[in-house]
Amino acid sequence: SPVEVGEGDSVERNWSMSDWQVKYKSSLKDRGTEGILKLREGMLLFVPNDPTSDSKLKVLTPNIKSQKYTKEGSKKPAWLNLSNKQGDSHIFEFQNYQDMHACRALITKALAKCEEEQTKKPAAVLTSAEQLSIADLELRFKVLRENIELQRLHKEFVETKVLTEDEFWATRKKLLGKDSIRKSKQQVGLKSMMVSGIKPSTDGRTNRVTFNLTSEIIFQIFAEKPAVRQAFINYVPSKMTEKDFWTKYFRAEYLYSTKNTAVAAAEAAEDEELAVFLKPDEILAQEARQKIRRVDPTLDMEADQGDDYTHLMDHGIQRDGTMDVVEPQNGQFRRSLLQDLNRHAAVVLEGRNIDVDSENTRSVAEALARVKQVSKADGETTKDANQERLARMSRLAEMEDLQAPQNFPLAPLSIKDPRDYFESQQGNVVNEPRGAGTLKRNVHEAYGSLKESILEIRTKGLRDPLIKPEVAFEVFRSLTQTISTAKNIIGKNPRESFLDRLPKSTRDEVLHHWTSIQELLKHFWSSYPITTTYLHTKVGKLKDAMSNSYSQLEAMKESVQSELRHQLSLLVRPMQQALDAAFQHYDADLQRRTAKSARGSAGEANGSV
Amino acid sequence: MATVASKLYSDDVSLLVLLLDTNPLFWSNRSTTFSQFLSHVLAFLNAVLGLNQLNRVVVIATGYCSCDYIYDSSLTLSGNSESGRTGMPALFGSLLEKLEDFIDKDEELIKEQEHDERIASSLLSGSLSMALCYIQRIFRSGHLHPQPRILCLQGSPDGPEQYVAVMNSIFSAQRLMVPIDSCYIGTQNSAFLQQASYITGGVHHAPKQLDGLFQFLTTIFATDLHTRSFVQLPKPVGVDFRASCFCHKKTIDMGYVCSVCLSIFCEHHKKCSTCGSVFGQSKLDGASTVSDKKRKAPDS
Repeated sequence: SPVEVGEGDSVERNWSMSDWQVKYKSSLKDRGTEGILKLREGMLLFVPNDPTSDSKLKVLTPNIKSQKYTKEGSKKPAWLNLSNKQGDSHIFEFQNYQDMHACRALITKALAKCEEEQTKKPAAVLTSAEQLSIADLELRFKVLRENIELQRLHKEFVETKVLTEDEFWATRKKLLGKDSIRKSKQQVGLKSMMVSGIKPSTDGRTNRVTFNLTSEIIFQIFAEKPAVRQAFINYVPSKMTEKDFWTKYFRAEYLYSTKNTAVAAAEAAEDEELAVFLKPDEILAQEARQKIRRVDPTLDMEADQGDDYTHLMDHGIQRDGTMDVVEPQNGQFRRSLLQDLNRHAAVVLEGRNIDVDSENTRSVAEALARVKQVSKADGETTKDANQERLARMSRLAEMEDLQAPQNFPLAPLSIKDPRDYFESQQGNVVNEPRGAGTLKRNVHEAYGSLKESILEIRTKGLRDPLIKPEVAFEVFRSLTQTISTAKNIIGKNPRESFLDRLPKSTRDEVLHHWTSIQELLKHFWSSYPITTTYLHTKVGKLKDAMSNSYSQLEAMKESVQSELRHQLSLLVRPMQQALDAAFQHYDADLQRRTAKSARGSAGEANGSV
Repeated sequence: MATVASKLYSDDVSLLVLLLDTNPLFWSNRSTTFSQFLSHVLAFLNAVLGLNQLNRVVVIATGYCSCDYIYDSSLTLSGNSESGRTGMPALFGSLLEKLEDFIDKDEELIKEQEHDERIASSLLSGSLSMALCYIQRIFRSGHLHPQPRILCLQGSPDGPEQYVAVMNSIFSAQRLMVPIDSCYIGTQNSAFLQQASYITGGVHHAPKQLDGLFQFLTTIFATDLHTRSFVQLPKPVGVDFRASCFCHKKTIDMGYVCSVCLSIFCEHHKKCSTCGSVFGQSKLDGASTVSDKKRKAPDS
């Protein structure tokens, strides 16, 4: 029977246990299966009355997205429609409206509680001094999920408030930062394909020639043909629009491709802007000439006549592979494959040296022009640079044989005497002084007795019997004992470590203690010297955690079996020693502080008097 | 001849280099006499030579201030002299002769030496170096050679002034993969020998009764390197890792270490004597001066 929920009742009391008789419909048209709807902590359960039917349902409260219900007073029965986050909807038909409202109220309450819990966790973290982004938090959770050891440490220290989140992650930036390295920007180079020369699509029916223009193509055109770039800067938007500009440019390209130099000449004569595109690139020629002037005749082959691509009127093949002969006066309207390829290759090798948004054509043009300006300014030879160049040339043209001998300042070679090292090894040996005379006598006696022994053995030969059987037996016994006790201590298999012989729970505990003590000690020692109160409280908390660990280690030692106890205490000893050292340091520091403050206050008292 | 030799070469052919302690100052006040000791050792050598036809033995005597090769089993072909004496195996006649000559030479040397105020240690570093030189020659002799190992029969205490040289020899042996076994018959512990056996993978044992020395030697130290993988030999539970300082040759547990050449000093130095690097001021000194300054300020 359902629990009565009155208006003023506190619902928490009755939250976890509520049952109603309902009919479960998976859709509106479904007839509905009778059963019991149970509301439990965190979830909704529907158990059908008929045990053979399989429409059992379990919905977790956080998954419920929304609930709809039929209005009281309408002729429809009391339906409650719950839709979850996956998009499914479950319809429950209640016996009366009162039940339905009660259920609805409880579900709302549960949902509100869920919401609250969900927002509570990130809120606590965001109140720290560093506002972490959601991405960082996700990264942290991911790292914790993957590394169980780390998760254990995190649970032990951060959730018991011994360490704060920031302190915990401060030394583990490497783990968090790994992903960010992947996002580093990679510079994209230029395509080696000549996009600017791609043939247009021709439509035979309508006699239209369509050129495609993307920002990549624009960039290439501007980089390879400075004259076009200059023309763009000059003409657009003052004389014509961008569309007109490109139309003219592509008309020039079309004229080139038709190889009809006569028509090209005619049109160039008419249209001055078009002529710009049809002429050989003056800017390139100028650059090439400048480069040649700058070349050091003694050494550098930075540039030569071949750089001037546009004026090489040699046996170049036409773009289309034909070898037509052309009238000389129209020669300038011709372009060869060699020239285009060379220019394109030079631009690709230079790379992409501007970093500008390629959508805005004008800005691209201006940026490229700026870059060229800068490089030209760098290259301009000032008077001093010229002098220096001339000096360098004269120096390189010298003949070494005819020079005067140069007296460079020399540093003397210092080779250490190896005897110094050996002598220092002797050192000042400290020993008890003996009377020289007595020593010499002892020595002689000793040598004498030694020689006697040798004589004796030469005459008598080896001892017979060499060894008594009892003695031999004793030796065997003692050796066996040594080896077997060593085996007990070290283990049958030298590769097997003592850890494997411990029961699993103790082993895990020991290993966990090891890592947690390391973590604590790391934070403890890094907080010294104590300069702020924050560090002071931190050290206090750490010390409490460390004493806790210490007592846990002691307890563990007691709990283990007697034959393993010795080895375990040996294993645990370095941890305890480290903790002892930390405690000592803490106490000494505390003493020093109190002494200092006592002295300080005493000094003040004296001063005031 | 070469093919026959290769057929006979089994896994357990070994070359044993024995470093015999002939320090008179040690042997002069022992209950076991040197002759008894020698008889145990000579019988042991005979046993080793008997284990395999191709086994070889080299004996180097470690004296008070010199060392020398006494015996090489591959050189002495047949016992020509001394075969008439009773009970003495013919092989060792030359060994004893050479030993006598060596002791005479050692005595001569000690007369010439002026400073004799040091612990009565024998020249272990010298004999280790000689052994390693011989072994290196064996390595370069060709493809087929016996597996060498060094057995150090020592009774004299460690001489801390030899620390550097001994450690260098030990590391060379480690590099050459030659195990150094050590049998210490003296009274105190020998840190050098323990470290040597530990680092090179040899066996260290200090027998208590010297009249059973032959049994100890044949049980523990006669096993060749191949057999050691399936024979259990006594292992020491702990190793004494003490070093001696480079300035005074004292044995120390805690000291200062140069971060460039890893030389050990017992007290704070301004400069390392081995590599010449200058040390900075130690943190302890720095901290004390700072706190002194702090304390002075409020008083003044």
